[in-house]
Amino acid sequence: MADPMKIRAVAKADQVQVKILMAHEEETGLRKGPDGVIVPAHFISNVSVRYADREVLRAQWGPAIAKNPFMQFTFRGAVAGAQLTVTWVDNRGDSRTDQVTVA
Amino acid sequence: MPVKHSPLIMECSRRKLVKAGGLLAALIAAGSEAADLVPPPAPVWNRAAFEAKSVHDALKALGAPVAQEGGDLQLMAPEIAEDGAAVPVVVQSGIAGTKEIHILVDKNPFSLAASFFFPEATEAGVSTRIKMAETSHVVAVAVANGQFYLARKEIKVTIGGCGG
Repeated sequence: MADPMKIRAVAKADQVQVKILMAHEEETGLRKGPDGVIVPAHFISNVSVRYADREVLRAQWGPAIAKNPFMQFTFRGAVAGAQLTVTWVDNRGDSRTDQVTVA
Repeated sequence: MPVKHSPLIMECSRRKLVKAGGLLAALIAAGSEAADLVPPPAPVWNRAAFEAKSVHDALKALGAPVAQEGGDLQLMAPEIAEDGAAVPVVVQSGIAGTKEIHILVDKNPFSLAASFFFPEATEAGVSTRIKMAETSHVVAVAVANGQFYLARKEIKVTIGGCGG
């Protein structure tokens, strides 16, 4: 089970700045373990950020995103106190969803 | 020891099941809502683009036969990255109508690192951290009104991000 994401969403005027830190190994599938056997690929493939029933950011990722992925972006039209929902899905079908209140 | 661990493993798989069910419900709910406003968060993944071994092939898979350099597209990254395992990259597009930003690394085993899709109310810009196998050009591609714009920057990597 993946650890929770760290999400921060701060409203300034009409803008909301979102910072997300996800806990994930991000194995490329190209690296050999200590036993010389290739460590199978395990990485986040899809990310969706939703606010008030609309998607504010969608991403597709390959294995070249750094371990424990970080992402920052800005969107308009949110108010403090509302909920932001972040979901990721990895290439094995595991997923995690976390919510944060816009501050 | 295995006996001691087994309840935890059971708990994990049970929680995973519950989580998967919840996601499915969310996807179904999203699909039934105004689908024309919100692209459903179904995990669509452009396999052809992510498995491309060069920037050229990846761009082709993304549907960009020709990308023009220039436009108000900024790619900010360090000149020298000490650790290729986590290279901070910022891409900002001032091109009106930017709907997508793609980040590619020329000399990575697979060139395409990430694709971001921006709805109307989201600024066409993103910061993230990528892995780089070796010193290479990083390429940012913005898609606006069907046009592809490109910005590139060389980043020197002293320790590759592929691990040993």
